[in-house]
Amino acid sequence: MRRFPAMPQTVSSAPAVFAPWADPQARPLIEFRGVTKRFGSFTAVDGLDLKIYEREFFALLGPSGCGKTTLMRMLAGFEEVTEGQILLEGRDLAGVPPNRRPVNMMFQSYALFPHLSVWDNIAFGLRRDRLPRDVIAERVEEMLKLVQLTRFARRKPHQISGGQKQRVALARALAKAPKLLLLDEPLGALDKKLRQETQFELMGIQEKTGTTFVIVTHDQEEAMTVASRVAVMRDGRLEQVDTPDRIYEFPANAYVADFIGEINLIEGRLAAVEGETARLHWAEGQTPLGGLAPKPAPAAGEKVTLAIRPEKVRISSERPAGAANAVRGRIEDIAYLGNISTYHVVLSTGHVLRAQTVNTDRFHAREHTWGEDVWLSWSDSAGLVLKG
Amino acid sequence: MRRFSWFNLTSLTLGFAFLYLPMLILIVYSFNASKLVTVWAGFSTRWYGELIRNEAFLDAAWVTLRVAVVSSTLATVLGTMAAHALVRGGRFLGRTLFSGMIYAPLVMPEVITGLSLLLLFIAIDLDRGITTIVLAHTTFSMCYVSVVVSSRLVSFDRSIEEAALDLGCTPFEAFRLVTLPIIAPAVIAGWLLAFTLSLDDLVIASFTAGPSATTLPIKIFSSVRLGVSPEINALSTILIAIVAVGVITASLISKRSIARQMQDTRAAIAGA
Repeated sequence: MRRFPAMPQTVSSAPAVFAPWADPQARPLIEFRGVTKRFGSFTAVDGLDLKIYEREFFALLGPSGCGKTTLMRMLAGFEEVTEGQILLEGRDLAGVPPNRRPVNMMFQSYALFPHLSVWDNIAFGLRRDRLPRDVIAERVEEMLKLVQLTRFARRKPHQISGGQKQRVALARALAKAPKLLLLDEPLGALDKKLRQETQFELMGIQEKTGTTFVIVTHDQEEAMTVASRVAVMRDGRLEQVDTPDRIYEFPANAYVADFIGEINLIEGRLAAVEGETARLHWAEGQTPLGGLAPKPAPAAGEKVTLAIRPEKVRISSERPAGAANAVRGRIEDIAYLGNISTYHVVLSTGHVLRAQTVNTDRFHAREHTWGEDVWLSWSDSAGLVLKG
Repeated sequence: MRRFSWFNLTSLTLGFAFLYLPMLILIVYSFNASKLVTVWAGFSTRWYGELIRNEAFLDAAWVTLRVAVVSSTLATVLGTMAAHALVRGGRFLGRTLFSGMIYAPLVMPEVITGLSLLLLFIAIDLDRGITTIVLAHTTFSMCYVSVVVSSRLVSFDRSIEEAALDLGCTPFEAFRLVTLPIIAPAVIAGWLLAFTLSLDDLVIASFTAGPSATTLPIKIFSSVRLGVSPEINALSTILIAIVAVGVITASLISKRSIARQMQDTRAAIAGA
């Protein structure tokens, strides 16, 4: 008889650091080896290598058409790999049809069976395994409890709300206790507030069940919130695979830096590298600006980009004493978002830099105003000098 | 509610008169006591009685019914399979050609369809009778079924089938357990359409029918050539009644199911 893994009722305290990717001994659950997928002359996925570990919540992030959905459909078995291999626990998945893979998917449209009740939707996969009736019933009840839908078990999909449908789809995909759960833009159809709540629910469920999740999304906030690691994709290639904080603080290149969050990019040529700090020439007659140097450091004179997040740029009326980098400009625009304000400052060189302040004080929300001349400053470790 | 203008009322009356006056006259004269079709001689159900005693008509009616049931069932199976292959089969060699070819019989003159089938049956030396009529009707009505079913398949979310595969179904199980129940209304509509087409087909049936089997439309047509008898009027009235009951039932069923769905949705919104 099939046994489902027991679900701990209380969340056991996770090991201090969950980072199997940092351990060279760790065996990946999923491994992509030089995977390429072509549709006719179009290459959707291009020679991709990637390892995903057990219990990970892995996010594939990228604009539409970057190949993230194709990657997921290859994992589910709906698309065949053109070149390379996908290994699940070391076994090649080539030629294994979707119904024979220990992988389940939660579809973007939820794809609930409209003619079946919530209960029967969740039981559907278990019934295909010819499990005894009481085992199925117990598992379905457990799943209903997990997603808090016990009350709605007898309803048909058109009789429940969008958020409830999303939870039914999740319960149905989890019912068979797959080794890997794929989530295709799972929260795309929900409104913003519900989406944020559901993100935390998803994380809770992932922790509770210990299932490995791979989520596809174009929403960077969502990826950053839920994932243990994020892969940023562009044109069928991986730009960077790392933890959310590393992706944000240490983007591998200007594309990732620009794709994740807001950032100021200043192009220039490398002037010099002193220890950790690299300085770049960015405009005629201006003092070179500094940021963390890339490793290995490129030669002086090579093209580099200074990337600095708006929240790391200070705005002030007077030049702050001892600031490592300071530039002068005039406020052109202010985006007031309630909790923060973003100032768009035009420098004499024509560059537009953004600086953010947190509005902690209700009555001094706007210290600076339109047309005001201000100083922007940051420390040498605030910015990042990127190659190219 | 808005009141009808004179113009609307006039066009409505004329339209309905144009459509239904001939049938009304037929129904009225089926209750005529006189043997002469055009002379009214008082109310009578005499011709209905005569009809029941007319073996030839009853035989033809029985043949027609059997042909219609068998051919529409076959056409539904084949047409649904064809629609599924064309809509879901992805891109395969000659797909455009196939989908064009499956719709061609829709516009093909019936005379040509009938003649070509007749030539085929002669070539393979098949005795003409019920079998040949069934085959002929299946052939021409399956493309209607396929049109109805594929329009439903096109509008339904492909990922529902993928979800079934993902949850452990073989492709056939996915079709049987998920696709078929969802497209069932279209399949039933296709069956009804095929049944009706078979019931009233005259041209193709007269090419493919043999001396051993005559369908009702052929029987009616041949007896009308000898003069319209009041019995034909009675028979036609019965047919009109059957069709009317069928159409009204079908529309009531679909209306009720829509109403129920709306009610369910309202309940869900209120209960959420």
